[in-house]
Amino acid sequence: MIALLTSILAITLRAGTSLVYATMGEIYTENSGVLNLGIEGMMLLSAVSGFAAAYYSGFVWVGFLIAMLVGGILAAIHAFLSVTMRANQVVSGLSITLFGTGMASFLGQRLGPESNNYYLAGMVGPRLQTISIPGLSQIPVIGALFNQDILTYIIYLLVPLAWFYLYKTRNGLNLRAVGEDPQTADAMGINVTRTRYIYTIIGGLLVGLGGAHLSLSYTPGWSENITGGRGWIVIALVIFAMWNPGRAFLGALIFGGINAVQFRLQASGTNIPASFLNMMPYIMTVLVLVLITWWEALSKRIGAPAALSTPYMREDK
Amino acid sequence: MDNQQLQVVLEMRGITKRFPGVLANDKVDLTLNAGEVLALLGENGAGKSTLMNVLIGLYRQDEGEIYLGGKRVEIHSPSDAADLGIGMVHQNFKLVRTMTVAENIILGLKDLPFIPKIQEVTKRIKALSDQYHLKVDPSAYIWQLSVGEQQRVEILKLIYRGASILILDEPTAVLTPQEAQELEHVLEILTSEGKSAIFITHKMEEVMAFSDRVLVLQQGKLIASRNTDETSPQELARLMVGREVLFRLDKEPCQPGDTVLELKDICAMDNRGLPALNDLSLEIKSGEILGIAGVAGNGQNHLAEVVTGLKKPSKGQVILNGKDVTQNSPLQMIQSGVSYIPADRIGMGAVGNMAVSENLSMKGYRKEPITRNGILQPKQITKFAKNLIELFRIATPTPATRIKFLSGGNIQKAILAREIDSCSGLMVAVYPSRGLDVGATESVRKMLLDQRQRGLAVLLISEDLDELLSISDRIAVLFDGRIMGVVPSEHVDSETLGLMMGGVPISALPDEAVS
Amino acid sequence: MRVVFEKRQSISRQAMVLVPVLSFFAALLLGAILLLSSGANPITTYVAMLRGAFGSTYSFSETLVKAIPLMLTGLGVAVAFKMRFWNIGAEGQFVWGGIAGTFVALFLSQYIPDPLLLPAVILGGTIAGAIWAGIPAVLKAYIGVDETLTSLMLNYVAILYAQYLFYGPWRDPEGYGFPGTALFPEAAWLPRLLNRAHLGLVFAFIAALVLWFIFNRTRWGFELKIIGENKTAAEYLGIKIARNIVLALLLSGALSGLAGASEVAGLSRRLQTGFSMGYGYTAIIVAWMAQLKSIPVLFVAVLMAALLVGGDQVQLTMGLPSSVGLVLQGLILFPMLAGSLFTEYRLRIIRQKNEPSISPDQEIESELQS
Repeated sequence: MIALLTSILAITLRAGTSLVYATMGEIYTENSGVLNLGIEGMMLLSAVSGFAAAYYSGFVWVGFLIAMLVGGILAAIHAFLSVTMRANQVVSGLSITLFGTGMASFLGQRLGPESNNYYLAGMVGPRLQTISIPGLSQIPVIGALFNQDILTYIIYLLVPLAWFYLYKTRNGLNLRAVGEDPQTADAMGINVTRTRYIYTIIGGLLVGLGGAHLSLSYTPGWSENITGGRGWIVIALVIFAMWNPGRAFLGALIFGGINAVQFRLQASGTNIPASFLNMMPYIMTVLVLVLITWWEALSKRIGAPAALSTPYMREDK
Repeated sequence: MDNQQLQVVLEMRGITKRFPGVLANDKVDLTLNAGEVLALLGENGAGKSTLMNVLIGLYRQDEGEIYLGGKRVEIHSPSDAADLGIGMVHQNFKLVRTMTVAENIILGLKDLPFIPKIQEVTKRIKALSDQYHLKVDPSAYIWQLSVGEQQRVEILKLIYRGASILILDEPTAVLTPQEAQELEHVLEILTSEGKSAIFITHKMEEVMAFSDRVLVLQQGKLIASRNTDETSPQELARLMVGREVLFRLDKEPCQPGDTVLELKDICAMDNRGLPALNDLSLEIKSGEILGIAGVAGNGQNHLAEVVTGLKKPSKGQVILNGKDVTQNSPLQMIQSGVSYIPADRIGMGAVGNMAVSENLSMKGYRKEPITRNGILQPKQITKFAKNLIELFRIATPTPATRIKFLSGGNIQKAILAREIDSCSGLMVAVYPSRGLDVGATESVRKMLLDQRQRGLAVLLISEDLDELLSISDRIAVLFDGRIMGVVPSEHVDSETLGLMMGGVPISALPDEAVS
Repeated sequence: MRVVFEKRQSISRQAMVLVPVLSFFAALLLGAILLLSSGANPITTYVAMLRGAFGSTYSFSETLVKAIPLMLTGLGVAVAFKMRFWNIGAEGQFVWGGIAGTFVALFLSQYIPDPLLLPAVILGGTIAGAIWAGIPAVLKAYIGVDETLTSLMLNYVAILYAQYLFYGPWRDPEGYGFPGTALFPEAAWLPRLLNRAHLGLVFAFIAALVLWFIFNRTRWGFELKIIGENKTAAEYLGIKIARNIVLALLLSGALSGLAGASEVAGLSRRLQTGFSMGYGYTAIIVAWMAQLKSIPVLFVAVLMAALLVGGDQVQLTMGLPSSVGLVLQGLILFPMLAGSLFTEYRLRIIRQKNEPSISPDQEIESELQS
């Protein structure tokens, strides 16, 4: 039993890591008032380019850097379209996903070595190694926390830092003001456009990291549709977390945990259909949305940044 | 205040600001002394806001200079103004609802450390709020605060940032009487500490209660400067509105018929749950124009919405042609012959992206000949539209032009055309000539008079006294959601109206004023 | 000196036509750079794609096969978007159309006389799609829940439920473990017009004409247009907003449901893995590119389908990844999204010298409101 729990927790964390990075990224983006539905495409494209970069350079870190760069560039396109050109953010985000998905698949069949008919799939490249922390990793159940790769360890630090930055620093204050009430932020001398660009791109870097974690650690190597819809789960997680990094960590673990439990259940031959388990997060997210809206109607307190997905123009008075 | 040590802190000299076709400020001079509260009084469009927007750097004056403490200054932006110690409380507060008072106060500060020490900020806010009697909880969220408290946060924000000159735009417009009294107290303390304030207003009562000195603006010109204790509400009212009526339209004598609309003890709340209309009763007969005078924001829109079914009163009855229609939907009101010319033309009265012809059909589309069995008849729509376009002289390239590309006057004519065409009992018109040029204004007024001749009852809500005096038969004055009194328009002078608009009930006026 | 966007005096028709056309060529150009850098000849690739999509009757019919679901879901999305209701749930509504159509075809066939079975399949799918779209619509219209996110989440519920069905209880016992249901009885097959292109094409054309008629010729459509453009005005004009939003969304979902039912009844004749190919997402792009107009949706759908089929063909003939088509789809959108601003705005370069940061019109406006 203890062994089972330990292994479930270990898989949960491993599966949840990429979700945490991407969700943190999207939380920052959405808090600035920009909705980016391009996560799925961004994760795919960074997964493939990260893997290719690591494969050819031989360094896993090169892969992560390239992946972040790719995520950042796609996010910058989204920022340009939706902030500067005031395009519809839903459509802009979806076109990023469309492009990213297609491009990832294209590159996956062009970047491989000639010997493999240019396919990347099936290639083995460098991967992030698990680092067991001596002593701590031996503890039953909890030990799973200390038997992870470096990026998982970083999230233990990143999550509280992300929370602190958003709620306790000057920059976080400005960021939230821009997402909540750009008119007021502008009147108080905060540059709305610049803020939105910065955090959309920072979001892209983190999403890129999350994508690369898939191809360089969780399921090392490239395969078509390696994300398995994680980009959409991220969108759900942001709502589930009510735009708060702390809760996002919890949410990512729940979502990751469902994956892990499902693996275990299938292995043990239980007959609870996997589809229903997989459905839970989405149904929960809809329920959370309904509840948030209800609360908001009552108290106007929490919930989505008020200016989410609305372009800002100073002249719009 | 102490008159012996008058010290000029701010001087605006010969400020002129032109907009295309409008001279918004015409060589206006303004001086402000230390520890003084200065009122800027004037009707809408008199140029008060323009002058203040020049002072805080939102606009740039075409001519004139600004001196601060004797030194000439250039103000290019609100942050320049803030650096010079000038700050403004806007009518719509600049506060982020989901943040705390303290967070709002430090938002965007240039010298804010990376990790703001909220405890220190809180301490300082508490000290300031004690000093100036601006009671707020620094850790409360804005959404938890009443409007009055939010205003205090705005004032605190300015003080925290070191403002010594505070500009308040219509500060009591959103306040309860008690909150207004507290504000008066706050201003006293502020000025006793050497700070100065300018407030924009058109309420006499406020001028008398708050200010040391008052400047009266009229059509962009400074026409009077008075020490408050040497003037009277009567004089100010005359100065503010007392000009010759521009034109009087010939109108037939009023021949009122049956009562069309009756409002009995109507109460209604605004969307913040504060009372907007208080025990309001009115009556309009057919063939009569009842004017509603009053400063914007005293319940005009709520009154119009209650009458047209868009808002349900919390108490009272709406009776139309003898039937209780209090619970009727907007559609039922439309079907009982009520027309409505809303104040917000492009936001409510018209659909900008749709054709002129479609906009003209938006009331008649439910019936033949525009629709038959639910099917639109495009030929009929065009015919119908062409007819109205000609009848009401709407200048549009084609009936298919999107209405948002028409001038304001022509959009208004189109709305009027539609509403007049569909009206068969009561016409509600809110600010029908606001922002229109002289020609369009005149034709709008003529059209309303024609409706009166047709035997309709017209409820005309306006802030333009010329308009009210020239076309309405009786005038009711609305203040703070209450009727201050109803007077026949022939026997009333603008001074009396000005006083009632400033909140003095008719019962408190000397008899000869309303004879 | 600075560059500002200035509102145009009237909608630029030139920009409305030029932007999509230029975007298409810009996409081809960007795609060419991409192809060149990966060692392929862009011209031969494009020619091969063109041939693959339109070169023969068969290839054209394959393009139509993919265009049909895009047309119907695209029309569905356009209805919702016209109401400013950001329904991105077309995929889920499509899937429910397939599920319900399958249910009728497989499990109700013994109760329904043969001639009525096909209409019942189509109707069942249409209704199911409508109901699925009704959920976010009701949540939005009566509680105010953000429809973008709910409709997106519900896609996954639908897709996973379909998976559960064809992997689980509905799996064909004689299918050797293949994830899919049994073949429909023949009475439930949607007739094919040209090779695999089925009667769904006719549905799409009829739907486009009906929608055009609704929005341009009916009282209801007139009301929907007003709600979509200006909700305050709609309320003022006595139009029931919540009810109409729900009704319009039922129509939107019905179209996607119809697409799903036609897809199972006309193409695969069973519900099987790979049924949900993301048509519902591409539909959003189709609707957007067609500027939400019904008839243009048909043409844009063919174009997008041609890119997909053309992509498949270059994979077969040139050994290039079929995703070239997807990449091009994405590439068309970027310039289009950037360009759509130019229909209502134009760029102006101003030599800065202390002008106000607010335009004169607004200044007068604010003065009037004071």
